[in-house]
Amino acid sequence: MFATGLRTLRTSNKYGLLARYESTLVIAEHNNESVFPITCNTLSAAKKIGGDVTVLVAGTKCDAVAQSVSKANGVSKVLVADSDAFKGFLPEALTPLIVAAQNEHKFTHILTGATAFGKALLPRVAAKLDVSPISDIIGIKAPDTFIRTIYAGNAIQTLKCKDKVKIVSVRGTAFEAVPLEGGSTKCEPASAGDFKSQLIEFLRQELSKSDRPELTSAKVIVSGGRGMKSGENFHLLYTLADKLNAAVGASRAAVDAGFVPNDLQVGQTGKIVAPNLYIAVGISGAIQHLAGMKDSKTIVAINKDPDAPIFQVADYGLVADLFKSFTIYSTKYGMIASFHGSYDTLYYVCELCFMCEKTKLL
Amino acid sequence: MARALVGVKRVIDYAVKIRVKPDKTGVVTDGVKHSMNPFDEIAIEEAVRMKEKKLVQEIIAVSCGPQQSQDTLRTALAMGADKGIHVEISGPEYETLQPIHVSKILAKLAQEEKADLVIVGKQAIDDDCNQTAQMIGGILDWPTGTFCSKIEKNNNELTVTREVDGGLEVVKMKMPAVLSADLRLNEPRYATLPNIMKAKKKPIKKMSPKDLGVDTAARIEILSVEEPPVRKAGVIVPDVDTLITKLKECGHV
Repeated sequence: MFATGLRTLRTSNKYGLLARYESTLVIAEHNNESVFPITCNTLSAAKKIGGDVTVLVAGTKCDAVAQSVSKANGVSKVLVADSDAFKGFLPEALTPLIVAAQNEHKFTHILTGATAFGKALLPRVAAKLDVSPISDIIGIKAPDTFIRTIYAGNAIQTLKCKDKVKIVSVRGTAFEAVPLEGGSTKCEPASAGDFKSQLIEFLRQELSKSDRPELTSAKVIVSGGRGMKSGENFHLLYTLADKLNAAVGASRAAVDAGFVPNDLQVGQTGKIVAPNLYIAVGISGAIQHLAGMKDSKTIVAINKDPDAPIFQVADYGLVADLFKSFTIYSTKYGMIASFHGSYDTLYYVCELCFMCEKTKLL
Repeated sequence: MARALVGVKRVIDYAVKIRVKPDKTGVVTDGVKHSMNPFDEIAIEEAVRMKEKKLVQEIIAVSCGPQQSQDTLRTALAMGADKGIHVEISGPEYETLQPIHVSKILAKLAQEEKADLVIVGKQAIDDDCNQTAQMIGGILDWPTGTFCSKIEKNNNELTVTREVDGGLEVVKMKMPAVLSADLRLNEPRYATLPNIMKAKKKPIKKMSPKDLGVDTAARIEILSVEEPPVRKAGVIVPDVDTLITKLKECGHV
C-alpha cells in the first residue's frame, strides 16, 4: 500500500524528488590510459549514498579506461564519451556532456574526486544546473546530508543540501577505494553532441616526472619544509622516500623557496593526504599545513624547535637538528633495510654514509 | 582595453586559531581579527599589475557581505582598484550564503559593468569551497582559467598556466573570461599610507542582491559545526634509535 503510494508520487514528480532510489553519476578521472585512484575512492562514496551507480568516462581514445572501470564492483552502467573535444579534459567541453547526461538520466547525485580536475569541473556543472555544489566531503550521513571541513580543517560542518540534484566532490582520503574487480557491466555510449568548446583550447601539460608513488594515495610520505634549507638537501628526503617506498611532500615554505615544485605542496591549498605514516622534516606545522596532513595515521616530526606546533599533532617527535638526526635516521633505516640484501639499499647506505662524512657524523 | 571585476571576501585572518561556538552553530566571529582572503589579495594584485601594463583600463572590486566588508573593499582600493561595489548581505542570510549566490551576483555585475575579465581567488580560507570562479564561468558561459599561476594577455586572448595535480597545464582562452588566482600567481603588495588615504576618496557603491535580481535563499541547512577530533598526545623520543624502534612496533618500517 505504502509502496504503491510512493510510486504514484514518483511518477507524478518528473524530477524524481521523491524517488525511492538514489542514482549517482561518478565522473571518472583518468589520463586516457588508466583510471586515477581517486575515482575508486569516489565510487566508494557513491556506494555509501546507495542506489544505482553510473560512471562517465570521457576522453580521447579512453576505451581501455572504460573497460577497467566496468570491472568495478557495484557499478551498474558505464557511459563512454570518446571525442577529440575532451582533449585536456576541459570543463568547458565536459560540462555540456554532463548536463546532457543529467537531462537524459536524471541522476540524484553527481560526484567527482576533489582533485584539481574535479574542483575545476563540478562547480561549472552545478552552475549550469542551478545547484549549490558541496566541496570536498569527508562523510555521508544521509543521501542529502554531508560532512565537510571548513577553516583549514579546524571545524567540521554537517550540512543538509536542499537542492534536487546533489553535486558533490569527494575527499579521496576519507573513503576506502573500491577495487576495479569483481564486477562486469556494459559500456554504452554517452549522450551524443558536439561538445568541442570554441572558447578555450588546451595547449600543453608540464607534469613533474617521478617514479615514487603518487602523493595523495601513498602509504608513507616524507615531507620537507623551510628547515631543509635548500633544494639540494631534499635529496636526503628522496633517498629515504625511495627506501620506504614513500612519496615526497613539502610545506608551502619549501615550495615558495623553490626547493621543490608546487604540486608537492601538502596543505589547505595544496594536497590533502592521510597516509599511514607521515614524516615531517623541518616543518613548523602552520595551521595551513596541518590542514593537509593531520588525518595521517602516524605522524613523526623532526624539528630542532621544541615549540614548533607540529609537535602538537605528532605521535613521535624528535627535537634535533634534522641534518644530524635525519641523516642518522636514514642511515640506520638504510642499514636495517640492507639486511634484506638488496643491492639498491646497499647503494643507498653507501650514499648516506658519504653524507654522514660530510656532516662529520661517522 | 579590458575592464576587470575582482571579487574580494572578508574572512577571519589566516593566522587566527578559530574557535567553534559552544552551541555548535558555527565559529566565533565576533571580536575576531578579519582581513581580506589571501587568494583575493593575489587576484587584486594581478588586476593591478595588468593595469600597470596597460592591459586593463579599470578595476572594480566587489565584496558581498556585512557592513564590515567595506573595510576589505578599502584595502582593495588602496592596492589599486578604481572603485568598489559593496553588495550588502548580513545576518542569517549571510550564514547560508554560498558561492552560487556570490557567483550570480558577480556574473550580474560583470554584465552591468561591462567587464571582460573577472578575477577571484581560487578559494576562500573560511568555507574552503573553491567554487566561485567556476560557477561565474558557468553562469556567463565564459571560459574559466582556474588555479592560475601565470596569466598572459595578447589582444583578446589569454594564455593561462594552471596549477594542476601533477604539475602545470597551459590553456589559451578567448576573452571575456573568468580567472581564479592560485598562490604562486604573484606576491601581493602592501598598501602604502598615501594610497590608503587616497582610497578613502574612491567611490564605493552600495547595493543589495535584490537590486541585481539575485535570490539568496538558503541552498543548504547547517546542521552542526563541531571541533575536529583531537589527536592523542604524542611522545618526544630522545634519539633516532628509539624513533625507529617505535615505528617498528607500529609496523611502519
